[in-house]
Amino acid sequence: MSSSSIFPRALEEEAIYIMREVAAQFERPALLFSGGKDSITLVHLARKAFYPAAIPFPLLHVDTGHNFPETIAFRDELVARTGARLIVRYVQDSIDQGKVKEETGKFASRNMLQTVTLLDAIEEFKFDACIGGARRDEEKARAKERIFSVRDDFGGWDAKKQRPELFDMLNGRIHVGENVRVFPISNWTELDVWNYIKEEGLDLPSLYFSHERSIIERDGFYWPHSEFLQTTPDEIPFAATVRFRTVGDMTCTAAVLSEADSVDDIISEILEATISERGARMDDKRSEAAMEKRKQVGYF
Amino acid sequence: MEVLRIATAGSVDDGKSTLIGRLLYDTRSIADDRLEAISQASKRKGLDFTDLSLLTDGLIAEREQGITIDVAHIYFSTPTRKYIIADTPGHVEYTRNMITGASNAQASIVLIDARNGVVEQTRRHLYIASLLRMKDVIVCVNKMDLVSFETSAFNAIRVEVLGLADQLGIDRSTLHFIPVAAKGGDNVVTAGSDNMPWYKGPSLLALLESLQPGKGLTDLPLRFPVQYVIRPHQDAFHDFRGYAGKIASGSWSVGDSVVVLPSARTATISGLFKGTEAVSSASAGESITVTLAEDVDVSRGNMLVRQDQGGYPEVSNFTARIAWMDEHEMKEGKTFLLQHAQQVVKVKVLGVEEVLDIHTFQRAEEKKSFHLNDIGTIRLKSAKPLFLDRYADNPANGAFILIDEFSNNTVAVGFVS
Repeated sequence: MSSSSIFPRALEEEAIYIMREVAAQFERPALLFSGGKDSITLVHLARKAFYPAAIPFPLLHVDTGHNFPETIAFRDELVARTGARLIVRYVQDSIDQGKVKEETGKFASRNMLQTVTLLDAIEEFKFDACIGGARRDEEKARAKERIFSVRDDFGGWDAKKQRPELFDMLNGRIHVGENVRVFPISNWTELDVWNYIKEEGLDLPSLYFSHERSIIERDGFYWPHSEFLQTTPDEIPFAATVRFRTVGDMTCTAAVLSEADSVDDIISEILEATISERGARMDDKRSEAAMEKRKQVGYF
Repeated sequence: MEVLRIATAGSVDDGKSTLIGRLLYDTRSIADDRLEAISQASKRKGLDFTDLSLLTDGLIAEREQGITIDVAHIYFSTPTRKYIIADTPGHVEYTRNMITGASNAQASIVLIDARNGVVEQTRRHLYIASLLRMKDVIVCVNKMDLVSFETSAFNAIRVEVLGLADQLGIDRSTLHFIPVAAKGGDNVVTAGSDNMPWYKGPSLLALLESLQPGKGLTDLPLRFPVQYVIRPHQDAFHDFRGYAGKIASGSWSVGDSVVVLPSARTATISGLFKGTEAVSSASAGESITVTLAEDVDVSRGNMLVRQDQGGYPEVSNFTARIAWMDEHEMKEGKTFLLQHAQQVVKVKVLGVEEVLDIHTFQRAEEKKSFHLNDIGTIRLKSAKPLFLDRYADNPANGAFILIDEFSNNTVAVGFVS
């Protein structure tokens, strides 16, 4: 590979290697697809890993029902273009079945609820491995996770009982009922993902690029105004030019004021940014250990 | 852009997490919101300074106890390279996690508290560095501020470590020594600390920038373990049968003659693919797919080698140095699954040749079984031939793991001797 690449190509070699280990070691793997840039990168890596064959596992999307419409449109277009198999499971169904309870109040979000829908889908399809786009640079509990992360019967993660992971030998042996969460782009940073997107010419949902939308300001963050966000009378929506650094549930993903409307502009913006990517994710701000606690109960 | 992977090692409280925090802080790699979060957390703990170790101790149990339990991976970049730091625990109980972090690193930073000098953990870390044949070992003598920045404290430690290295057969040229005060930042990112005018060497960051990345694996004989067989079953690629994998060592080109192990059948490379593109050659570290001109039987776990390089690795009875990583004791006669590259084979421990006394680096006379974190040598017999090289000859193809058949846990790492 040319040395002029800014993206560290060793990371791509590693990710493809991990994808192939999943396909070989497990009987029923799935790729967790959210429509965000990290899972779009995973799909691209999977296509490369198995070319000229089709991706040998389905994409699983846990739809919170509070997604940005742009994300869903992009997802469907990607599936049509790549011929990937898509499975969608809905948080609304888990609510209707009485398995989870919708949060109430100003900070209500369905982010926590999707764990139950995910675990149900794993059980329904008997998935033994779920590939996710999590990166260790995102959050300090994530920084501790192995590439093959063994989860118990309840999808739970026990940080103290992680298997040693030596050289590139990945041990995916599990007991019936357990599953493994696999993170092929663990060692990538936000900037690595963007440089890869640039060099590989990947398409992304329009949300990542600067656009005008109706927002409200709360606690110094800019929230996308939608029917799902509960606002107080003093929170008056206004139009602003923004973009999103992460794409999650509409109720927990804040926008950043930005004029960056190309991948190059975004890369320059990240290089100058003083706030981390997940600094605008309310799900992480609930407590110092919010991510670890979610992972203990099965969050990906 | 190149990637340099580093592992830290040290004893509890000698300031590893603080050193990494300092490296990130002084290279402006910490976002404001994260800095604010740890500054608030430091205040809540009643500290009068920002505790940079809070950046990496990401688990509840770690913050509770103020120690590092598991490896944290930390990233930062300079204009020329990307760094991946495995910040590993120092507590003896978590030695296995330290080896986990170190196994993927090409350089190791060993921290020593200037007040305490060489301690048991230092010996253990140096032993592991020698076991892994680490290319560069950077000894950071930390907390120099607490010994009044005295050159004598630094020199005494340096002399002692060099002595240990000689004992372990570590080449002195792989060792680097830097006196630092991580809390204040002396010699971490910028050299020429006013507190230590006697030190004329580079800062830690400058030294890291000067290390040569890469392990020189391309110059070794070709080892290609087959990971996955690609059969598209599509009209456009009706007869396509590709063997996917990551080249462990060496290089090859289209047209080369190869030997398939264990069948020893020969074949010719008809195509090499990187992702969706055909390439004419490929080398160590690349994830590729290869097609062969002849219709030979190849499956996952097989290994392809080049016919012109001879000397095919194949063993079924061998000795290896191992680091034992399980809570349960390991005795002679036990069976395990051995995983080497993509091959998994049943093995039996024929004998325990030695268990090491970490204080003396000599055989512990009375020991014939391994307990958690023990290091030593065993003799193994495998049910089927393995395509292993000696670790000293080819580190990319000379290591393996042992898996407990009942718990499924990875219980040891081994190095063929």
